[in-house]
Amino acid sequence: MTTTVTTPPPDGELPRLRLDKAPLLVLPILALLALPLIGSFPTWVTLTVAGLAMGMMIFIMASGLTLVFGLMDVLNFGHGAFVSVGAFTATLVLLPMQGWMQADSVLMNLTALGLAIALAMLVTGLLGWAFERIVVMPVYGQHLKQILITMGGMIVAEQMIHVVWGPDQIPLPLPASFRGALLIGDAAIEKYRLIAVAVGLMVFVSMFLVLNRTKIGLLIRAGVENGEMVEALGYRIRRLFVGVFVAGSALAGLGGVLWGLYKETLTAAMGSDIMVLVFIVIIIGGLGSVGGCFIGALLVALVANYTGFLAPKIALVSNILLMVAVLLWRPQGLYPVAKR
Amino acid sequence: MSEPLLQLTGVHTHIGQYHILQGVDLVVPRGELTVLLGRNGAGKTTALRTIMGLWHASRGALLFDGEDITRAATADIACAGIAYVPENMGIFSDLTVRENLVLAARAGVPDTARLEWIFGFFPALKKFWNQAAGTLSGGQKQMLAIARAIVEPRKLLLVDEPTKGLAPAIIQSLIAAFRELKAMETTILLVEQNFNFVRSLGDTVAVMDDGRIVHGGPMVDLAEDRELQQTLLGLSLDAHQ
Repeated sequence: MTTTVTTPPPDGELPRLRLDKAPLLVLPILALLALPLIGSFPTWVTLTVAGLAMGMMIFIMASGLTLVFGLMDVLNFGHGAFVSVGAFTATLVLLPMQGWMQADSVLMNLTALGLAIALAMLVTGLLGWAFERIVVMPVYGQHLKQILITMGGMIVAEQMIHVVWGPDQIPLPLPASFRGALLIGDAAIEKYRLIAVAVGLMVFVSMFLVLNRTKIGLLIRAGVENGEMVEALGYRIRRLFVGVFVAGSALAGLGGVLWGLYKETLTAAMGSDIMVLVFIVIIIGGLGSVGGCFIGALLVALVANYTGFLAPKIALVSNILLMVAVLLWRPQGLYPVAKR
Repeated sequence: MSEPLLQLTGVHTHIGQYHILQGVDLVVPRGELTVLLGRNGAGKTTALRTIMGLWHASRGALLFDGEDITRAATADIACAGIAYVPENMGIFSDLTVRENLVLAARAGVPDTARLEWIFGFFPALKKFWNQAAGTLSGGQKQMLAIARAIVEPRKLLLVDEPTKGLAPAIIQSLIAAFRELKAMETTILLVEQNFNFVRSLGDTVAVMDDGRIVHGGPMVDLAEDRELQQTLLGLSLDAHQ
């Protein structure tokens, strides 16, 4: 057995843990590099805001998944089902309340949308609870089975959407007050994208506060690092996991509603389609890291928007290239979580 | 010997296809410090993990304070009053020293007087209170791991090789802490390979080999019998002094 003798630092001082700023700097550097390539400042502003909005929505969908993986080492390939179910559930409120959605009143628009989001999060949260109990729990610790059974779960969910809502696409127009664009100078910024950015920031700040200012948050952070030790301190990690799974599913439902309104069309496969981006984001961010997931989502979306404008042919593979570049720089992701 | 607080009877533990504990019989008397000695791979860590419910016994029985904990969940065992300091210390690197101790205090916030008492042994923890635990030195991490186990009174402490890889000065502060805990009649089961560290601390000793207890009795008997040490531990005390 090899042991290393550890002595305290001579002056008793320790290196303070500094915030790793390098991943944070990547975003502004990327944006600044894109500006001369794009050539037009208004176009750059429009693309950047579009990228930030898309990134926020991907973050909302991905944040629960990264915590689930970090906390219990579960590969949930069925996470996209909650995105689709959330979006379709919202139509149960939004379609009957079309009058409110198309009314020229911000209050009526927000009320309808708020009710739709609440129902979508409630249904996807409950679905997440059932999914964890029935599908995920029997395959703890078995990654291959997790991949197979959770993908199966997503296929079943998609087919159930076909059964309930039919096979056709469902149009989901934006509320009247969220349509159109704001003109700032020569730059046109869609109102809905600004709202998506605001909602994404609210979700991120809320998660940050919960994770850093509450005992539940402490337990989640500790559980991501060493779940066994959390159990040994007397906490039931499985209950915590179920709670995180439910919250992550509800957030995916919220992301589904936002994504559906962004696309203005719903398909049963919308969840599985976005999962490739979601997985790239959580791998780039560092599995289990909410902060990394946030930066990763913005990075993926900005790269997709910039390359879509500058080199549409490369746009299809731009995120894969981005993931390769990030992993060559930081093999554990932008903000790796310390694991036991 | 005091009445037993923890009693293992014929405990077998399998990890996958490996049969690690092969009928362990062990008594940990209340209010005493029991030392579990043995070479690498003898099954000492497995014994502690089995007590803690991190691995479950495939046969045999574990009684703690009169309750059967053989099939109990780890969290329930911890709530019953057993604190565990694993060999790798198990501290949460991304959390601060304060956050590590807050998590260990099931009552919510650590008691201030108790914290001051702990800082008396481990002043570094006070100094680096808001520092991420991952930045501490190995010795300071071990202090934090032990502090976390004693931040609230527990009936039994399980401590796995606390001196491993530590400098002599830090080992001295650990000895002081264990002496104080002993004086408070805290029951401790200490796994060690460093015989010199435990010979003056232990009240009773058990020696493991090949997944079984091959010797048990008062520490003083083993400490004074070099021939027995040579037989059981394969060590020459002179070489360790």
